[in-house]
Amino acid sequence: MCLAIPGKIIEITTNDRSTALVDIMGVRRRVDLGLLAENAPVTGDWVLIHVGFAMSKISEADAQEQMRLLSMLGEAEAAVQEVTGYGLDDRPPTSQSKAGAHPAGS
Amino acid sequence: MKFVDEFREPHLITKAAEEIRRLADPKHHYRIMEVCGGHTHAIYRFGLKDILPENIELIHGPGCPVCVLPMGRIDDGLAIADDPNVIFAAFGDMMRVPGTQGSPLEHKARGKDVRIVYSPTDAIKLAQTNPEKHVVFFAIGFETTAPSTALTLLRAKSLGLKNFSVFCNHVTIIPAIRAILDSPDMRLDAFIGPGHCSTVIGCRPYEWIAQDQRKPIVVCGFEPLDLLQSIVMLLRQLRDGEAKVENQYKRVVPWEGNRAALKAMAQVFELRPYFEWRGLGFISQSALQIRKEFAAWNSEQRFTVPGVRVTDPKAAQCGEVLKGVLKPEQCKLFGKECSPEHPVGALMVSSEGSCAAYYNYQHRRALVPLTMSLSA
Repeated sequence: MCLAIPGKIIEITTNDRSTALVDIMGVRRRVDLGLLAENAPVTGDWVLIHVGFAMSKISEADAQEQMRLLSMLGEAEAAVQEVTGYGLDDRPPTSQSKAGAHPAGS
Repeated sequence: MKFVDEFREPHLITKAAEEIRRLADPKHHYRIMEVCGGHTHAIYRFGLKDILPENIELIHGPGCPVCVLPMGRIDDGLAIADDPNVIFAAFGDMMRVPGTQGSPLEHKARGKDVRIVYSPTDAIKLAQTNPEKHVVFFAIGFETTAPSTALTLLRAKSLGLKNFSVFCNHVTIIPAIRAILDSPDMRLDAFIGPGHCSTVIGCRPYEWIAQDQRKPIVVCGFEPLDLLQSIVMLLRQLRDGEAKVENQYKRVVPWEGNRAALKAMAQVFELRPYFEWRGLGFISQSALQIRKEFAAWNSEQRFTVPGVRVTDPKAAQCGEVLKGVLKPEQCKLFGKECSPEHPVGALMVSSEGSCAAYYNYQHRRALVPLTMSLSA
């Protein structure tokens, strides 16, 4: 339940623009865009992601700083684990995402 | 300047630290509450307390969703999980939080089907892939997280999903701040306002704190410079005898909040008449419940919830720490019976809990060089 993980929108994946494929610290996952319905992001935009939902658009500089911040806070690993655990991917779960069944922060 | 240099605009960090020293009246002891658990974590992690003057005391607020949930709600959740037909899905943060009968993780070890999910939409997916089971999502969080649960419930309804429901424990930040301000044993000068929660609710809901309570509040980001700049802004207001809401985190927080998120919440949730908080007791209209239009997806309607009310272990002083009356290390169990490895209370479990933050960073003093680098 990392508070905010930055990601870059690679592709808007649904016709109703409700989800996007996002690159989050090297992991690609599908993220829900429903909370940005009034301020819809486009491919190439950076967003802050919380529990699988894009919460707000941010600048690339802010995103880079946020990533450094997560790693300084010792949360980068948990963030990647969390993102890897998002089940919003169409691919079958990998052994890595199953390993997400560890308590956060361990 | 090694460590400061690792941040954006290091010269501004030094400047803000100097400005704080200049603004802080040596005759006054400042008590500033950071409401949000994410800020508590950042403050300890960056060793920010060490670069503040002695007379600026940061008080840790109630903004850690895992911490404020009373033990009874965990027991209630696990009572639902006892149903052999149920898959009980919770965020990883909840897994080690103790109820009276143990934590969700211990419940899992006893053979109950308890799963970690990272997103509420994953719980929907679990329901779709396990049609013979009923998936219960253990929803927690402030307004930061509640909109995601709201969209998930809207989706469950539009999918006509029959085997999915939400055990709703969402709480709202404003009544908690009000309860803190009403608490007779609490004297505060100002507030560092929540960052991500405010992306949803905006800054307007804090106006009463400034107008009625005459306390300055600055909505703040999570970088060291954000926190220092917010303290500068608060000290300036205090010096000038002002009390207003300011937004230091404009790059993420719009003044009006996120209308799409607020709309989804309003569609799905309504205020509970009252809800119990750890440490703060029962607070009226402080939590969200699922509207009757969504009753089919409300675990509390679909299952018998015992409504357990239990007090925390007597020796643990989680409530006082949560209210900011006690510092984590002033609790009798801190670092002894209660540690991140063997948590007695929730504040030692969550990374946003002040006990865990204090134990992991202050205790070990893992990362103090901000001070050293400033003086170097």
